[in-house]
Amino acid sequence: MNAADLFGVVAALLVGIGLYGLIVNPQPLRKILSFNVIGNGVFLLFGAIAYRGAAFGLGSDPVPQALLITGLVVAFSATALAVALLLRLFEATGSDTLSSEPPAANPSAAGEQ
Amino acid sequence: MMTFVNLLLAVLLLALAAWTTLARNMFAAVVGFIAYGALLALAWVQLSGIDIALTEAAIGSGLTGLLLLNAASRLHVNANAGGNTGRSRLRVPAALLSAAVSGALMLCVFALPETPPTLAPDVAANLASTEVRNPITAVLLAFRAMDTLLEAIVLLFALIGVWSLSSDPHWGGRPGLRQYSEPNGILAYTARVLPPIGIVVGAYIFWTGADYPGGKFQGATLLAAMWLLVLMAGLADAPPIRRTWLRVALVAGPLAFIAVGFLGLQTAGAFLAYPEGFVKPLIIAIELALLPSLTLVLGLLLLGAPLRGEEP
Amino acid sequence: MPPVPEQAVTSAGGLLLVIAVLLPFVGVLIGIALRGVHARRVALCTLPLGLAIAIAIAVTVLQSGAQLTYLLGGWAPPLGVALRADMAAVVMLVVVAVVVCGIGIYACDDFNPARESPGPRASSTFWLLLLAVWGSLNLVFVSGDLFTLYVALELLTFAGVPLVCLDGRGDTLRAALRYLLFALLGSLLYLLGAVLLYGAYGTLDIALLRAASVPEPVTWAALALATTGLLAKTALFPLHIWLPPAHAGAPAAASAVLSALVIKGSWFLLIRLWFDALPGVVTFSAAQVLGALGAIAIVVGSVVALRQARLKLLVAYSTVAQIGYLFLMFPLAFDAGSNMLVHDAALTGGILQGISHATAKASMFMAAGLISAALGHDRIADLAGVARAMPITVLTFAVAGIALMGIVPSGAYLAKKLLLESAADSGQWWWTLVLQGGAAFTAGYVVLVLVNVLRRPGGAHPVIKRVPAVSEYAALALAVCSLLLALAALGPLPAHLISNPLAAGELLATLLVLLGGVLLAQGLSLHPLFAAAPAATMPASGLLRRSAGATGVMFARIDLLARGWTVACISLLVVALLFGGLLFFGARG
Repeated sequence: MNAADLFGVVAALLVGIGLYGLIVNPQPLRKILSFNVIGNGVFLLFGAIAYRGAAFGLGSDPVPQALLITGLVVAFSATALAVALLLRLFEATGSDTLSSEPPAANPSAAGEQ
Repeated sequence: MMTFVNLLLAVLLLALAAWTTLARNMFAAVVGFIAYGALLALAWVQLSGIDIALTEAAIGSGLTGLLLLNAASRLHVNANAGGNTGRSRLRVPAALLSAAVSGALMLCVFALPETPPTLAPDVAANLASTEVRNPITAVLLAFRAMDTLLEAIVLLFALIGVWSLSSDPHWGGRPGLRQYSEPNGILAYTARVLPPIGIVVGAYIFWTGADYPGGKFQGATLLAAMWLLVLMAGLADAPPIRRTWLRVALVAGPLAFIAVGFLGLQTAGAFLAYPEGFVKPLIIAIELALLPSLTLVLGLLLLGAPLRGEEP
Repeated sequence: MPPVPEQAVTSAGGLLLVIAVLLPFVGVLIGIALRGVHARRVALCTLPLGLAIAIAIAVTVLQSGAQLTYLLGGWAPPLGVALRADMAAVVMLVVVAVVVCGIGIYACDDFNPARESPGPRASSTFWLLLLAVWGSLNLVFVSGDLFTLYVALELLTFAGVPLVCLDGRGDTLRAALRYLLFALLGSLLYLLGAVLLYGAYGTLDIALLRAASVPEPVTWAALALATTGLLAKTALFPLHIWLPPAHAGAPAAASAVLSALVIKGSWFLLIRLWFDALPGVVTFSAAQVLGALGAIAIVVGSVVALRQARLKLLVAYSTVAQIGYLFLMFPLAFDAGSNMLVHDAALTGGILQGISHATAKASMFMAAGLISAALGHDRIADLAGVARAMPITVLTFAVAGIALMGIVPSGAYLAKKLLLESAADSGQWWWTLVLQGGAAFTAGYVVLVLVNVLRRPGGAHPVIKRVPAVSEYAALALAVCSLLLALAALGPLPAHLISNPLAAGELLATLLVLLGGVLLAQGLSLHPLFAAAPAATMPASGLLRRSAGATGVMFARIDLLARGWTVACISLLVVALLFGGLLFFGARG
């Protein structure tokens, strides 16, 4: 198995692990971590695809590589925004759960607020 | 040998990813994630992606790790253990479905075309006209310069969002908590000694980016890290976000990028094109203009929303 | 809108596309530099300029009759990135510009940094975000590259999320965080699809992908993943986890931005993907399921909307239902002969529906916001007397409602006609039921609100606070636009469609829709529509109401369950695997 296939498989597994974590971990910070794991999986898959495209003395296809740098920066921005939102939520409500719905969103609650 | 290293990397990566996802303790999970990021950088090296390895180490693992550690410590103060642990009976379907997606992706990996399509020949053929030697820099600042411009704007949008999360009394104030540390302690010592070195290395990484692996993002991350180190050691304080110099510095880079883009309209016939003979100087000028803006925005994203008023 | 031959060269006037994208972004940058108090001024200067650019693009495309192309940096795809504007993109550019201007005028007073409430933080941030959403949407409409579109989607998310929690309350912060996390998951799935397409074809350019793509496993997987990701960002049921609390909790102007504009970005990208990038990879069954999800969204969203006690939540759930409507064109545009999606009347109808919804929903949220601001609450049961106190706003709500229902002479009426005609032509009669039934549901919640505002107040004059007239008129203008703009945007229509909109058959259909709406509202709403029903019919209607009420409660339960985080994520993966399977087996069969 060559490096591209190997890391392609790892990428597929990282996506799966991240998805599982995102679904079952109740704490938002852990969800943010899992989001990063999924993102790494996607990026690694793109990297493996780039590596397959090595040609003309270039060790790897430079177009996906450049896009990956953009992708990493976008993922960092997303993480920063999510963390700031979580910290503010914690500060405002003293809890960091996503599960408790505001009463206003409860469709059977009549005439509240 | 190569295969063995790769296999080892693969196993460790998966093990650390599983740890990050499953560990009971939040800190343990974050620390696992940072180690995992470092390993991922090694994987990028194995995939001939030195530039990405640098970015991954700097932003993916470094800054993101720092961000998450800080968040974990602030949430840890009096966080309950997360309340309920999710619907346990949904764990099994969640695991099965995630595994199915993984499996489908694996099949895709092996179903990719035998002769891989690639743009490497196109890049190689047009590299000379960009006057830079690093093909990734050529893609980022010539062929797909629009993406790089948008990426700088993404960071600023995220910063607008982060700042909007300050409470009203602290709007315009200083982000992050005021840090105090032992003036003669190890942190303060490091924060005095390391930044000059870090700035030199950062500048070097930035400068070399045109021809060799490196570039503005990696350089800016290092500079931002040095800034944060100084802040953490309490040697300086974060500026209030209402400062005009700060805001002008934040947008100067992207605005200069757009200005150069429109200059290309006059001189080279297209937005974001560069006139022959001036390609490399213009690319370096754009990167130079972006460097301070990116350094600031990366650092400020890490510091988060303003938490204090004007007074330190 | 027939497909225009692809161009690999920059066309005259193509620079307008660059300006359309960059103008709002430069506005944001200048707004950041000049700080809070000036952000509003910068935004208000940018609005007319941006509208002018959008109109200039429309004129250029209409005159040349071909799509507009711009090669950034002079580099042609696949190496470079092209901006393109076909008719669909032009229509969206113009409508979004109009809606943004309308929202801008409406919000002038709400988000005035000089005023004490809501404070300098919210009021300066709002204007930056409005421009940010605008620029990102323009980028979504004109970009021809799947990766640039990924960045555009993220820009849109980052601009949209802070709008949800501008007031900084705990429940809106929670809604914003749910929105962000779910939207990020959606973006990653979309990116995964784009990555696989690059692996298979070595390009991310939509026009090149159209030529290169063939039905094969990697392409099916890519399409299934990207589609699911975009559905999550568009909040199509059952992936609407974040929409109701986010849209109902935000300030009215922000809700209008989110509901009318932001979700259109991922929706439009889905059209690009299905109709322009991979039309030959799509299968009949996959298109049917996408339409079916839309139909379910209409039913669940409408019933739950009718069960709401608060006006803003009613409008938010009506968005859930209207999003369903936007997906009915996919099965209808499937051409069985060539086995692919084609640009035909169904697509025109779908886009028309999209722009009608953008204008009408924006004005509906504005009207709801004005009522809520005037009364200090938005309880539907206590809206008596509002019609007399705020006639302009109530008229706005009614006009927007008519536009959404698809009654003569609205743009949505034409859209419905086009879709009904496609359904008849392709023999897919079942979508006719959905189209007509959906209109009746819409009529239901519009009638519910109108009956309540038209009621005489029991006690004193209800309005406690005056609302700015300019905001009222801005909302009304957008509602009227929804009636007229679609007509203008459509250009030459097939003449037989509008031969006589006042013929007896048409009027009868309209009456039936309204009657159906009244019955639905009477049966499903929390409080009976007409409290004083004739005594003779009481027992029967009482039984009917009880069973209808039970149905309503059941749908509310389904909605609540579907919006739990775990269930929503599991639905997401099921939808992804379902589409993968349908594409795989559909192509075999």
